[in-house]
Amino acid sequence: MSAFRLNLRDGVGTNLTDKTIRFSFDGKSFYGQQGDSLASALLANGVSIVGRSFKYHRPRGVFTAGSEEPNALVTLHNGGRREPNIRATEVELYEGLIARSQNRWPSVNFDLMAVNQLAGKAFSAGFYYKTFMGPARKGHRATQFWWFCEQFIRRAAGLGKGTTIPDPDHYARMNAFCDILIVGTGAAGLSAAQRAAKSGARIIVCEESARAGGALNGSPDFIDGEPARDWCADAVAELAEMENVTLLTRTTVQSYFDDNTFLAVERVTDHLAHKDKSIPRQRAWNIRAKSAVIATGALERPIVFAGNDRPGVMLADAARSYAVEYGTAPGRAVAVFTNNDTGWLAARDMAKAGVIVTAIVDVRTDVEDSIRALGDECRASVHTGWAISSAKGLRGVRAIVIAKYNELTGELGDESKTIACDCVAVSGGWSPAFHLTSQQGGKPVWDAELQAFLPGEPLQSWHGAGAMAGRFGLVQAFQSGEEAALKALADIGQAPSKRSAKVGPGPSIEGDEIDYAPAPVFEINSGGKSFVDLQHDVTAEDVRLAHREGFVSVEHLKRYTTLGMATDQGKTSNITGLAIMAAASNKAIADTGTTRFRPPYTPVAMGVIAGEKYGHLAAERLTAMHDIHLEMGANMYANGPWLRPESYNLPGETVEQAYIRETKTVRAGVGIVDVSTLGKIDVQGPDAAEFLNRVYSNGFAKLPVGKARYGLMLREDGFLFDDGTTWRLEEHRYLMTTTTAGAGRVMEHLEYYRDFVWPDMKVALASVSDEWAGIAVAGPKSRHLLKACVKDCDVSDKGLPFMGVVDGVVDGIAVKIARLSFSGELAYEVYCGAHYGAALWQALMKAGRKYDVVPYGLEALSTLRIEKGHVAGPELNGRTTPHDLGLSGMVSSKKEFVGSVLLRRETFSKGDRLQLVAVKSLDGQRIRGGSHLVAGSKEEPGRSQGHTTSTCFSPSPELGCYISLALLEGGFKRHGEKLYAANPVRDAHVAVEVLSHYMVDPDGGRMRG
Amino acid sequence: MRLTCPYCGPRDHQEFTYRGDASATRPGLDNTSIDDHNAYIYDRANPDGLHRELWNHTSGCRTHVIVERNTVTHEVVSCQPVGPYAEQLK
Repeated sequence: MSAFRLNLRDGVGTNLTDKTIRFSFDGKSFYGQQGDSLASALLANGVSIVGRSFKYHRPRGVFTAGSEEPNALVTLHNGGRREPNIRATEVELYEGLIARSQNRWPSVNFDLMAVNQLAGKAFSAGFYYKTFMGPARKGHRATQFWWFCEQFIRRAAGLGKGTTIPDPDHYARMNAFCDILIVGTGAAGLSAAQRAAKSGARIIVCEESARAGGALNGSPDFIDGEPARDWCADAVAELAEMENVTLLTRTTVQSYFDDNTFLAVERVTDHLAHKDKSIPRQRAWNIRAKSAVIATGALERPIVFAGNDRPGVMLADAARSYAVEYGTAPGRAVAVFTNNDTGWLAARDMAKAGVIVTAIVDVRTDVEDSIRALGDECRASVHTGWAISSAKGLRGVRAIVIAKYNELTGELGDESKTIACDCVAVSGGWSPAFHLTSQQGGKPVWDAELQAFLPGEPLQSWHGAGAMAGRFGLVQAFQSGEEAALKALADIGQAPSKRSAKVGPGPSIEGDEIDYAPAPVFEINSGGKSFVDLQHDVTAEDVRLAHREGFVSVEHLKRYTTLGMATDQGKTSNITGLAIMAAASNKAIADTGTTRFRPPYTPVAMGVIAGEKYGHLAAERLTAMHDIHLEMGANMYANGPWLRPESYNLPGETVEQAYIRETKTVRAGVGIVDVSTLGKIDVQGPDAAEFLNRVYSNGFAKLPVGKARYGLMLREDGFLFDDGTTWRLEEHRYLMTTTTAGAGRVMEHLEYYRDFVWPDMKVALASVSDEWAGIAVAGPKSRHLLKACVKDCDVSDKGLPFMGVVDGVVDGIAVKIARLSFSGELAYEVYCGAHYGAALWQALMKAGRKYDVVPYGLEALSTLRIEKGHVAGPELNGRTTPHDLGLSGMVSSKKEFVGSVLLRRETFSKGDRLQLVAVKSLDGQRIRGGSHLVAGSKEEPGRSQGHTTSTCFSPSPELGCYISLALLEGGFKRHGEKLYAANPVRDAHVAVEVLSHYMVDPDGGRMRG
Repeated sequence: MRLTCPYCGPRDHQEFTYRGDASATRPGLDNTSIDDHNAYIYDRANPDGLHRELWNHTSGCRTHVIVERNTVTHEVVSCQPVGPYAEQLK
């Protein structure tokens, strides 16, 4: 094929402007014009091979001019913006655009992987199942041969490669509401929009491409005496001006969900050379529409014939679009192959634009004279009752061989002719694009007259218009658009008065009158390799093979052959595949059925789905002391959504050196740590005490005012759920704290019992996590520190005993002080209103200066509690009970509580359950979290008997080595045993000794002191 | 899917948290039968048609709603408030 740019003049290259644009493809520089798509610019430069096929690595060229493109997939951009599998037909050209072909090595023009073609038979339908499935091995049902071949196959298969570099762009999410959503802005969509907008309803109009108007943009017809394109531009401008209309171009409505909720993706900056960082790259629109008009048009389908994947074969309407809208001849000599009238129109339009149309081949013998006349108009040789038996040429079409076609039998006659051409524009009829309505469940219905599936009965409020609803042609489009708008208005209770509700005659149209129904011809079976699904390399023979092997349901056909499962989701191949299957099984297409479309309509960037929820775009939660932590040199660490200090490194210190120093200081002096991230719940009401008594496993009924208690919460199945302290502030008021990670789920858990299980209890719950800032003060000198700064209360051992709670004032800030210890040292938690958090921190640091106070981070916090044997997240893993963690004493036998009954299940009292122990490293090596505890050597480790959970280096004099909490089978009775902590992934096998998890101060003398 | 919160009106389902089958009711505190608790925790019908579900409007007013929903057509038949203030909302 040798496409080239035509002489641009009025009506040729209507999409283009004079501005020249430089871009690169596979490292070579090319020039295109403003308004070009990447595909049209490549064609204009004579680039015919733009990619290689998925399985056989056959050369492939541009096949369509829209988002349904199966072949021309490219990788765009470099670095973090690199994006694979983008349809060149949809990419708007801009200065400096970088694109590369895919799935080829070393180059798209010379691809060594093309040897796969020689093994064609081996890669037929079900090849993988037949060759590689066998008795289970390594836990999979794969043969030895698979394990040998896997690495080669993985290298050879697949499309473009993504990037691991973070995406520099950001994405936005919009929540939009409207009365009527109109999808598509062709004649039908525009007409619906005009009618709906006139009524004053709030409407959103979405158009997939850059320019609204759909097929009107390339239409040779006249509307109200104006060229269709001009009429359309005026109509669109008028709509865009209206206050009740939101017109979104470059916006694909991807998904149709329940309750008339739609997801549309707007490509905001993809077409711009300069990416303004303040603007999101793409926006995800969640649109809730009361009703919708779906006017998504129809997709042309090909006729399948031998060699139909050669570069140069493309859909007729795409060829016409390249000639008329993009001023690009798709070839030097174009042959048109059709089974319907629209192929002839495409030929005439191309010829008018200056393309040489050498031949028109129509399988039908019965063609209207008015249509035949179009053939004369383009001075093409006309062959009705003939069909293409094959396309010749290796790296592009050089000629077609045509033969007499018997419409009754579908067989080819002996008589044949060869026609030289470098482009075949093929039209096999039109398939309505009802993907959206199929997504929401409407079952499509086969229309034998139109030879097309039409959308089924609506399950929600939507109305189809135009070609999507089988109403082909401009007159029908305008009429059905208005009808759909009126029905939608009626659905939302804004039906206009009877007089104005009449569908008008619509604008006057001058144009060709044709029949859109094609002859029921889907494939010319002449024996050669003919492709149904171009992207997944599924041939007509594969479909028949699947049938012969018993895969007769369309769902099985799809999965066995992978027909329609590529990134284009079979937009140009589904119906043809079905038709071939129906023919093979001697059934009507209507009885064969069709598969349901699933969202999204076209591939969507992960970033726009994730929006600002994940990764570097996610919102961060900061405590009131965040800025001070940074000033003091903290490394911040992401703990869920929170950013928390990991350690406060002195110059030259590593994280490990820092946390060891911080830990030692707390054990010997005093340190302070930000604990504001703990969940906090205010529990009030006359039944609050009883409520707490029911949700905690230990007793809470008798907790006196001014005291705190550590509590365990279980799930109903008896497993541990969360832990924390609850402070009784007043007779009927408590402050509950939860773990940082558990804050949200504990609140929901309590609300469930309050609202649903015990709605009669008089108890109110409120999350106050953000209202309080909290600082723990820990270490033997912590009381001195408090004495130096706390006023209006007694913090002596008598005034504030272990687990006591008092109100006080620090530097003018009202505080609550509870004597609690997570570290095992004498320690306090000091809470104040969140806005005073930073001031309180500074006051405590100042008061502690003479005691050499240090701030400490998460690592030291964790080290202190591991040494003490206090459990946290890694031990509360949803599979441990209080008994497993040595907390049986916290399980009350005097009451029933949430989880009490199922905790008594026999299995929970078995001695071989994983039980909490500690292990210490015997050989000086670090123990990694998640290491398996095994009895044997590295070579023969034996089975896993448990695993390590929380690990650290313990600087305490009694240990001075790497330690870890661990869950070990029957662990309580195994103290003193020697095992190994194995981490084969990191090549570690550490000799360890099992200890009691109470490693430091087991009798608790220090914290009670 | 959209749910009608008795306080806030029709809202997107993303604002709600699914809390499970609303037909499962917890045995009373004095019921210590392991079988009854097992049934409450684990036994669930998988109805083809109407299903009663408990949802919490977690990103809104945090009221619980019992949603009656058709598992075949996805139609939401009703949204009823539960909890201490349910009567006042009806």
